[in-house]
Amino acid sequence: MSKFKKKKSGELPAISTASLPDIVFMLLFFFMVATVMRQNTLMVQNTLPFADQVEKLDKKDLIMYIYAGKPSQRYQAKYGTEARIQLNDKFASVEEVQKFIYSERESKREELVPYLTTALKVDEETNMGLVSDIKQELRKAEALKINYTTVVGDAMRNVE
Amino acid sequence: MAKRSAPEVNAGSMADIAFLLLIFFLVTTTIETDSGISRKLPPWQPEDVEPPVIKQRNIFTVQVNSNNELLVEDEEMELSELREAAVEFLDNGAGTGDEACSFCQGPKDPNSSVNPQKAIISLQNNRGTEYGTYIAVQNELVAAYNQLRDREAQRMYGMSFTQMEKNFNDPQYTGDKDALKEKIDVIQDMIPQKLSEAEPKS
Repeated sequence: MSKFKKKKSGELPAISTASLPDIVFMLLFFFMVATVMRQNTLMVQNTLPFADQVEKLDKKDLIMYIYAGKPSQRYQAKYGTEARIQLNDKFASVEEVQKFIYSERESKREELVPYLTTALKVDEETNMGLVSDIKQELRKAEALKINYTTVVGDAMRNVE
Repeated sequence: MAKRSAPEVNAGSMADIAFLLLIFFLVTTTIETDSGISRKLPPWQPEDVEPPVIKQRNIFTVQVNSNNELLVEDEEMELSELREAAVEFLDNGAGTGDEACSFCQGPKDPNSSVNPQKAIISLQNNRGTEYGTYIAVQNELVAAYNQLRDREAQRMYGMSFTQMEKNFNDPQYTGDKDALKEKIDVIQDMIPQKLSEAEPKS
């Protein structure tokens, strides 16, 4: 009869930790879903300039990104050190900007097209010639809403 | 031989593994929102269209050359003085009659702008200008507009313009958004942001 020995009732039962993995997994999934991975691998140097009169860009799905700057270290052997435009993971010429805008528009729902904004992520050492060329192409493609993406900070730091 | 039952896998370390993953994602997550200076480009126009004639006194020309130096109204200037100069130009209010400016506090210089609705800031850059400098100049000019708007909003509604815009864009703001929008429109109408970005001269 020793098999059915009664436990001593004085001991506190241990708290079951069996559900701990479940809780942690729940948190894990939340963060996995909330994480926005970088859509594009940057192939250009991209130190954004500072500005303090900024507006926030919400609604990430309504933004088209155009990167510009000198090619990163490991691409410099192939592409040189001249500042270039990057669209969707590859280097592009100025003429391809229009095509890019049209294809981006195509992929969005029709009623959202007027709200599309182009975010220019340009390295602070780039010459304005390239930026102006991009702006001219955007005007031709009628993508008139633009945003010069900056880091929040004192603008005087740009000229030092 | 007695049938051996499969040993139970110890799941005690499961929590540790999950924690490890959790911490990895916690560290790598950047819930970032981009911010920047928003501008609207002018629509594309054929080359042969004549630009409208604007009086010279209503244009505030800012030129940035390839050495990142500023030339404001044909005079050299430091970037740190630009904001003040732009405010003075916009706030001049030398207009009379129909063009009079009811709220301007400027010196009413007859060679400067008549009122903020007419005043245009023209920003010209060289192809060799550095982007960082260009953004700094843009930032100062936008700041000049914001400074004036803040002053007027404070005077008329007792709240700064930037605060009003912030409240308007805040989804948790409980006040009357329509009334707020109306106020914002009034201020924007009084001091419109007329900032022209000309094509660069090589």
